[in-house]
Amino acid sequence: MSSKLSQAARDRIAELLTHYPLEHQRAALLPILHVVQEEIGYIPAELEEEIAALVGVPVVKVKEVLSFYTWFRQRPVGKYHFQVCRTLSCSLRGHREILAHLENKLGIKAGETTPDGRYTITTVECLASCETAPMMQLNEKYIDHLTPEKIDQILAELK
Amino acid sequence: MTPNGGILTPLIKQNCQILRNYLAAGGYAAARKALAMAPEEIITEVTKSNLRGLGGAGFPTGRKWSFIPKNSPKPKYLVINADESEPGTFKDRYIIVHATHALLEGIIIAARAIDAHTAYIYIRGEYVEPARVLQAAIAEAYQNGILGRKVLGTDYELNVYVHRGAGAYICGEETALLESLEGKKGWPRMKPPFPAIEGLFRCPTIVNNVETISYVPAILANGGEWFAKLGSERNGGYRFYSVSGHVNKPGVYELPHGTTLREILYTHAGGIRNGKRLKAVIPGGSSSPVLRPEEIDVKMDVDSLAAIGSMIGSAGVIAIDEDTCLLEVLEVTSRFYHHESCGQCTPCREGTGWLEKVLARMRRGEGNRQDPDRLWDIATGIMGNTICPLGDAAAMPVFGFVKKFREEFEAHAQYGKCHSGAFTSWQPPARPGA
Ligand SMILES: Cc1cc2nc3c(=O)[nH]c(=O)nc-3n(C[C@H](O)[C@H](O)[C@H](O)COP(=O)(O)O)c2cc1C
Ligand code: SF4
Ligand code: FES
Repeated sequence: MSSKLSQAARDRIAELLTHYPLEHQRAALLPILHVVQEEIGYIPAELEEEIAALVGVPVVKVKEVLSFYTWFRQRPVGKYHFQVCRTLSCSLRGHREILAHLENKLGIKAGETTPDGRYTITTVECLASCETAPMMQLNEKYIDHLTPEKIDQILAELK
Repeated sequence: MTPNGGILTPLIKQNCQILRNYLAAGGYAAARKALAMAPEEIITEVTKSNLRGLGGAGFPTGRKWSFIPKNSPKPKYLVINADESEPGTFKDRYIIVHATHALLEGIIIAARAIDAHTAYIYIRGEYVEPARVLQAAIAEAYQNGILGRKVLGTDYELNVYVHRGAGAYICGEETALLESLEGKKGWPRMKPPFPAIEGLFRCPTIVNNVETISYVPAILANGGEWFAKLGSERNGGYRFYSVSGHVNKPGVYELPHGTTLREILYTHAGGIRNGKRLKAVIPGGSSSPVLRPEEIDVKMDVDSLAAIGSMIGSAGVIAIDEDTCLLEVLEVTSRFYHHESCGQCTPCREGTGWLEKVLARMRRGEGNRQDPDRLWDIATGIMGNTICPLGDAAAMPVFGFVKKFREEFEAHAQYGKCHSGAFTSWQPPARPGA
């Protein structure tokens, strides 16, 4: 099978498939999508057939899952993806100010990517780190106790 | 022996994501003991302990385990709910990241009690780093003969897998979680059948929360009675209270069941920040009905909160100070449940959207005097009319806020602007011991 995936990713997928009973290989769908997204940055449409075949479901079932789960992206995002939590505990402690500051600094609104493809901002729901509010997830990492100054410092480090 | 500073907190402090540290703290002795016991004896001990599910529903754990059919030829599964998604709740993360081996030991004991040879830990997708810690601890357990073909040198086989979710609150609901684990979108199932009869892959399955399972080793080590005595009448042991919002010291506090909300807010979480007064407090995650400051002497347990029309839920306490617009609080909450509705039932899908719209309109200053009643009616249309409790979770905060802070909602509707801060007619609570 021709594939856009590296050998390492394919090995990882083969291992993941062993976690589930043979007659329920479909259970590996989310784990496989995680591997693909970690490698490529999103789930390219042209891989959907291959993924569907790996777990033995029609491609429409893969599409259904992709549109249901917010973590999976069907398009690339910026190299640095700011996911600002907007739920109750973060909003009580000023997520709006943090979001506005970030938007001003990057010249984009939540939901947008900078033209150079470096930065994306999205708002997300509670990340279960309410004790460190306001907070966000930058790519994989949680960033706690945000202040405008801390945002400036993070942006300076990413430059 | 009353444990000082909690049961799991000392393990968290001792970095029990590392096997050596957990062994030094006496780790895995309880699992060895359990492996030498008959499964029914384990269930009896856990039943005696009064351990009740700490994921939100509060179901007695021993009883749940006893529902697994004994003579079914099908494989049985243990599934750990590490989705941790109710807003205001963040305690499982501390356990996953620092009491990791206590969770794994609990898994061994629970699996043995229900005769499961496979366990899945379903962890929310955003917990990338916690999932790595968990994975590393599992690898260490396999390397040391704690998991795998021969658990702790016995003939018992147990494999444990981490399964990552992908950003959907509804997958914390146990049947949606099972659908998701099977590789489908997370649409809750109709119950019955309950998972214990037909769960993962249509096989008998127990779903338990991370915290619930992590207490199991201490119960086996010290006995069910010991655990029962530490708690309140119907809730054995301790639990973690997640405290966030306008307190001086947000964080997790492991305390006995029945600790008062006042003690949690003022003794442990340091009181309200910036010298402000408390205006409102949500006691059990964002779906639990809000309380007024004069109600904070309530004991934080299932029955005491139910008696005053709220619920303990996931014990996620969110404190709200006097400067806050409660309409906005409810709008943010309603938007969350609308965003997270799986869309399967009309009352939930449509009703949560209407709630959000009416609240947004009121906050823009375009509300009218019927709006508080309209909110109430929409919530009534959702409550009890849906497949899973997410609908109720969206409706209950509306009842709470509109009932307990009606004057603020009415003023908002009438004057079309925010009067936050103008409705705190009560006195600041006395500090305990002051
Ligand atoms: C909408 C909704 C979300 C839930 N989210 C979680 C969650 O994130 N974590 C959890 O452990 N239980 C959650 N639950 C409760 C589970 O359905 C289930 O009762 C629990 O995992 C059982 O474990 P326990 O008995 O150990 O508490 C949720 C329930 C509902 C209705
Ligand atoms: S109540 Fe809401 S979340 Fe639950 S099944 Fe119905 S639509 Fe889905
Ligand atoms: S509300 Fe932002 S992490 Fe929970």
